[in-house]
Amino acid sequence: MKILVITEQRQGKWNKTSFETLVAAQQIAEATSGTISAVVVGKGVSAFADELATKNVSEVLMVEHDLLENYTPDGYCTALKQIFESTKPDLVLFPHTYQVRDFAPKLAATLGKGMVGDCIGFRKEGDKLVFVRQMFQGKTAADVTFIGAAPWFASFQSGAFRADSLAAHLGGKAPVNTARVELKPEDIRTKPLELFKEAKSAVDLTQAPLIVAIGRGIKAPENIAQAEAVAKALGGEIAASRPICDEGWLPMERQIGSSGQTVAPKLYLALGISGAIQHVVGMKGSRTIVAVNKDQNAPIFEIADYGIVADIFEIMPALTDELQKAKG
Amino acid sequence: MNIIVCVKQVPAKDAPLSIAGNWIKESDIGFEMNEPDSYALEEALRLKEKHGGEVIALSLGPERVKQTIKEALAKGADRGIHVVDDNFAQLDPLGAAKVLAAAIGKEKCDLVLTGLQSDDHGFGQTGVLLAGLLNLPHATIIMQLDVHEGKMRLKRELEAGWFQWIECPLPAVLSIQSGINKVRYATLKGIMAAKKKEIATITRESLGVTSEPTQKIEKIYVPTKTKKTEFLTGTPKEMAGKLVEKLKFEARVI
Repeated sequence: MKILVITEQRQGKWNKTSFETLVAAQQIAEATSGTISAVVVGKGVSAFADELATKNVSEVLMVEHDLLENYTPDGYCTALKQIFESTKPDLVLFPHTYQVRDFAPKLAATLGKGMVGDCIGFRKEGDKLVFVRQMFQGKTAADVTFIGAAPWFASFQSGAFRADSLAAHLGGKAPVNTARVELKPEDIRTKPLELFKEAKSAVDLTQAPLIVAIGRGIKAPENIAQAEAVAKALGGEIAASRPICDEGWLPMERQIGSSGQTVAPKLYLALGISGAIQHVVGMKGSRTIVAVNKDQNAPIFEIADYGIVADIFEIMPALTDELQKAKG
Repeated sequence: MNIIVCVKQVPAKDAPLSIAGNWIKESDIGFEMNEPDSYALEEALRLKEKHGGEVIALSLGPERVKQTIKEALAKGADRGIHVVDDNFAQLDPLGAAKVLAAAIGKEKCDLVLTGLQSDDHGFGQTGVLLAGLLNLPHATIIMQLDVHEGKMRLKRELEAGWFQWIECPLPAVLSIQSGINKVRYATLKGIMAAKKKEIATITRESLGVTSEPTQKIEKIYVPTKTKKTEFLTGTPKEMAGKLVEKLKFEARVI
């Protein structure tokens, strides 16, 4: 099986999920006696290509063009389609990033193919590859297989594989090959303008050792004070899942998850958070996870060390009391 | 400015799901408008209020999805299109997008909006696939949208707190990020007005879309646990006390 991994960089920095996807590719290659070509796209990306060449891959494919300096869906689709036509891969893997979501399904469709997105794992069953993804906001997992001839397209969720298990190249370095692509300015219909960050946040949740996070279970903004009392008694920071920040009940800078901060505190106390994947990817690296939720089937309990199945409104005041006593 | 908003109906957030093969048992549970799509609808209504034109709510699914179209009409959409397909849960992302694209192709519109992803399948591909099938430019995960002289200036969300401005011509397809706006509730007046609005019903077959599926959901199941969770029991006070004890002496994190 010939596997192509489309890595991602922006403005001189890797998107680290690229390496996790390479790990997935190495495991699939091992299970199928396959080969891996790691693809890097952009302009002036030879340093990235050289770094990829130190990993256990058969080759690195460098796709450079002036019009690929800044990401556009049209530019990437036009260029990568040519790469697939010339290299004829069986399987194309992407990290499931915001950028990949923006172009990969369409790219697959231009070849008449579908993409299995946001996978968390794979299995080999006979000569079939089974991809595992989540449905119903993480409440269920799904086994998905491809129908029809290769190439097949899939993307892996951030955190699905561990980047530190990426195998180095056995014989020094893999060859770096340059692939030519034809791209004209008129192929690109959208115009990327400046990249920016919103006003710098007053709080850096990534540095907070203790985090109390609230979700939909908090029900109303006037109830947040109860969670803040828990955070205060604990000496921790308050944070939230996306819906709370969407409602404007807490500022966006307090949001944990794929579109917010990724944190790995000593303690993550999730109050009334169901555990949708978009949230879980932002906190599953926490050392100790406590979940309080009245639904015993909430997916958050799958990653919790300690669980309390109860109404958070009964637990929050009791916990504030007990924490105050313990901290005396 | 004429806008088509794709709205999906999904199981209600707190609906108890029971698995049946590769989907769920639909009897006995409630359904609601997919939350991410409600932000797309709101954005469409705001654009209409600013620039005039028409908002069309488009949904694919069995008879029940009419309720979601009615909700969109009650909020202010002008008319609805229901593509009837009892078996829509078995469509793959490309198959569903082909049906929607065929329905959109029959209309004249300047903009197609979708939510970011659905809370059931969660494919998150519809908007991007529609752009490909309709041969329109697109952008996704949009947090701000300004139309000026036939062009759009868009604020696209990237990861880890980054954003990017992009310029996009019209017509186009956009996937709207949740939280871009504050979603309105339907008023009583809106609900009354919706009764007079038109919902066109078309069948998937009449659109003449044939699509070989590219992928198959073999089965769905409750995920296996990766961690052993210790559940604490008792009264709220007892559970809180036990938790503090565990955090202090077992996990040693406080």
